[in-house]
Amino acid sequence: MVSLCLGQQWISPWQAFSLPFTDPDSVTAVIVREIRLPRTLIAVIAGTSLGLSGAAMQGLLQNPLASPGLVGSASGAALGAVTALYFFSGIWHPQSVPLAGMLGALTATGLVYLLAGRDSSVSTLILAGVAINALAAALLSLLLNLAPSPFAVRELVLWTLGDLADRSLQDLWLMLPCTVAGWLLLAGVGRSLDALTLGERTARSMGINTQLTSWRIFIAVSLCVGAAVATTGMIGFIGLVVPHLLRPLANHQPGRLLPLAALGGALMLLAADIGVRLIALHGALPVPLKVGVLTALVGAPFFLVLILRSRRNYLS
Amino acid sequence: MIQMRLEADSVSVHRAGRALVDDVRLQVAAGELVGLIGPNGAGKSTLLSALAGIDRKVSGTISIDGRPLHSIGANERALQMGWVEQSGTIHWPVTVERLVMLGRIPHLPVWCRASDTDRQAVENALSLCDCQALRHQQVTTLSGGERARVLLARALAAEPTLLFADEPISNLDLGHQLQTMQLLRGFSQERRSAIVVMHDLSLAARYCDRLYMMHQGRIVASGSVAEVLSAQNLADVYGVSVISGCESVPWIVPDQLLKQHGKT
Repeated sequence: MVSLCLGQQWISPWQAFSLPFTDPDSVTAVIVREIRLPRTLIAVIAGTSLGLSGAAMQGLLQNPLASPGLVGSASGAALGAVTALYFFSGIWHPQSVPLAGMLGALTATGLVYLLAGRDSSVSTLILAGVAINALAAALLSLLLNLAPSPFAVRELVLWTLGDLADRSLQDLWLMLPCTVAGWLLLAGVGRSLDALTLGERTARSMGINTQLTSWRIFIAVSLCVGAAVATTGMIGFIGLVVPHLLRPLANHQPGRLLPLAALGGALMLLAADIGVRLIALHGALPVPLKVGVLTALVGAPFFLVLILRSRRNYLS
Repeated sequence: MIQMRLEADSVSVHRAGRALVDDVRLQVAAGELVGLIGPNGAGKSTLLSALAGIDRKVSGTISIDGRPLHSIGANERALQMGWVEQSGTIHWPVTVERLVMLGRIPHLPVWCRASDTDRQAVENALSLCDCQALRHQQVTTLSGGERARVLLARALAAEPTLLFADEPISNLDLGHQLQTMQLLRGFSQERRSAIVVMHDLSLAARYCDRLYMMHQGRIVASGSVAEVLSAQNLADVYGVSVISGCESVPWIVPDQLLKQHGKT
């Protein structure tokens, strides 16, 4: 709600909710509907995807340091989007960038599938993801290297930093199908993740198809993180920190963590976006801060503290 | 006629060109506690996980209650068969009670909450394995032996009728070794059977109905305790001479390392 009201111009909550109905053509209503609403919804959706995917990946790999970026789709999405920015900037439809991002994410996932093969264990899958990550990062650097002008480089780099500003409802509609498909796939994996607490082999003895589970999570994370990154750029640390932070609340049970992490991710990204806007309003910085930068800045030290505090739980 | 719970014939497991388990024939009858013994690297754990259906790349035939293992669905198999991994890992610092509750997963479809039946099963398993006092402790704070008992309780909470336990007593103190063997003895009644990998030959002799002795992937001796644990077998397989006896309970202790062993 704060997110709807806060911006260059403060709009009171009452106005934000009533105006679109009473006076749909006023400037304020248009601001709320066309700028603030998509921004808020996209923050919530992308945050949910990141938190949920992070929790699922950590559960799957039985490792609190796993992040959704491991599956390769995030860097694939970034590569796709940047490619679109690079070649078709301004020529195409405004949604060509997120669309290309999503194509990139799906391509990356497909490649990982081909690389790892059908009967792969979880670790092979992750290795393939890491390899695709490296390839996408290399191609991304190549594009930046070959960029014709410093302005192009700046635009490309800024895009990858992750931002929620100037997103439209069309962007939202575009990210929704993949995201919802990913969420639905992740909705039922809690039980398998709980079983994986005992390791892959014991989980199998408990009737869990671990291969199916890992593919399911892999594809789901690719879909919803790919969609999120294609729309917003890289927003780091939410997928890593949020599940980690909320794990004690879920009694360390990976299945219970899923809904909590989804909610936590949404709230954290929304809060970060509000934070970015507050900083911009204050005028402390010459240019608006990207939300991905803020989450990384806050997330990294925070994560360090968490690791130090929980070190005895995991490392001893 | 005795009802066979598990029948395995010409079971082999190959990994990286090596036969870890070679042409094994094995049977477990209803109500039997069967011991699987042999030196390190004999293929006991590999055979056990093959029999339990954990590994898929297994040749030969394995049937449970007369049905081929591969034709039994994963969840039905999980309801029938419990498997306790050798020094099994636990990845998150959950409490003992919640960990044992994980054993109920085969009984709980997706989205189902634990019922009173589930809680009762967990309670029974905790008390059988003497883990009640540990119930609220985080599993990361347990000792190796305590963890082994908790993991056994997890498997028992599923109320299997066929239990595969891989060295369940290797990390336990004397008291808990006895207690666990008595528990397994009590478990193997009527229709329920267990097959247990173990190193303690005295306890194997005392509690098991029959033994299978493995060496280099093969079953080299099988049958009654006395037949399998003959001085000749122990010399051939373990390369030791032993002193043994049977006053009130059978006991076997290693005496001398035989020279020719270790060279082969």
